[in-house]
Amino acid sequence: MTAIVNVFLKEGVLDPQGKAIHHALDAMNFEGVEDVRMGKQIVLKLTSNNKEDAQKEVEKMAEEILANTVIEDYTIELV
Amino acid sequence: MKHIAILQFPGTNCDLDTKYAFEKLNCTTTVIWHKETKLPENTDLIVVPGGFSYGDYLRSGAIAQFSPIMQAVIAYANSGGKVLGICNGFQILTELGLLPGALKRNIGLHFISKFQTLKVVNNSNDFLQKCQKDEVLNIPIAHADGNYYIDEEAFNKLEANEQILLRYSDEYGNPIVVNGSVTSIAGVCNKTKNVFGLMPHPERALENILGSEDGIKMLEGLIA
Repeated sequence: MTAIVNVFLKEGVLDPQGKAIHHALDAMNFEGVEDVRMGKQIVLKLTSNNKEDAQKEVEKMAEEILANTVIEDYTIELV
Repeated sequence: MKHIAILQFPGTNCDLDTKYAFEKLNCTTTVIWHKETKLPENTDLIVVPGGFSYGDYLRSGAIAQFSPIMQAVIAYANSGGKVLGICNGFQILTELGLLPGALKRNIGLHFISKFQTLKVVNNSNDFLQKCQKDEVLNIPIAHADGNYYIDEEAFNKLEANEQILLRYSDEYGNPIVVNGSVTSIAGVCNKTKNVFGLMPHPERALENILGSEDGIKMLEGLIA
């Protein structure tokens, strides 16, 4: 099973990289972009095939190291 | 004579500057590789120096917090021992939870390397006891992730408990935006005022011929 963890800065925490990308898109005359948030994706190949166990385990990983929950939120997708 | 334990991770690059600084102040030092599990018994201060531990992979300081030596650092801090984190060391101590808040990418995204004036916000702690309140110091900064973030509730506690150590300021002490930090914060301490963290590098400000010696009175406070 594969776990895809997406980590983003929390809503309300200013994202300087997202803002810079937004500026660049504006400068390139791409229209219709309201906001840009920049994050990272961590892909984990797991040995477990039990979705429930995997979800619990990856949540623990996200809380302890993959995200800094002072400033970041995360989502987990199991495929 | 005080003994200083200086941690060294893969990617640390201010360990020898820090060793030089404390030896100049008549201390003895041990540089400790991060795989060690014990600190010297006579340790009076732990310094987590600057650099790029683990290449800043994942987040600055994120991987280093799990190095074997950190368990000893946590135990030392929790028993009241003094710990100083400089730059990447500050990032590691926030990741570890020994200091509140977090450090994000600088506003403007640049790596900023220059001398910077700082205002002493509180000196009711060991670290800044030799500085005057509102004094302006001149200390080099060199970082890409120094944008200090803390939520409002935690910030209010920080301020009320005099845990804000330094703010980026102009030469008159007025706060200025350098990297986007909440209220221009450049350094903080924990609630019990034995763990200190700052982005500027006092160990690089020891000689006027090299630009400033304001770092001396900061480091001296910790070994007084």
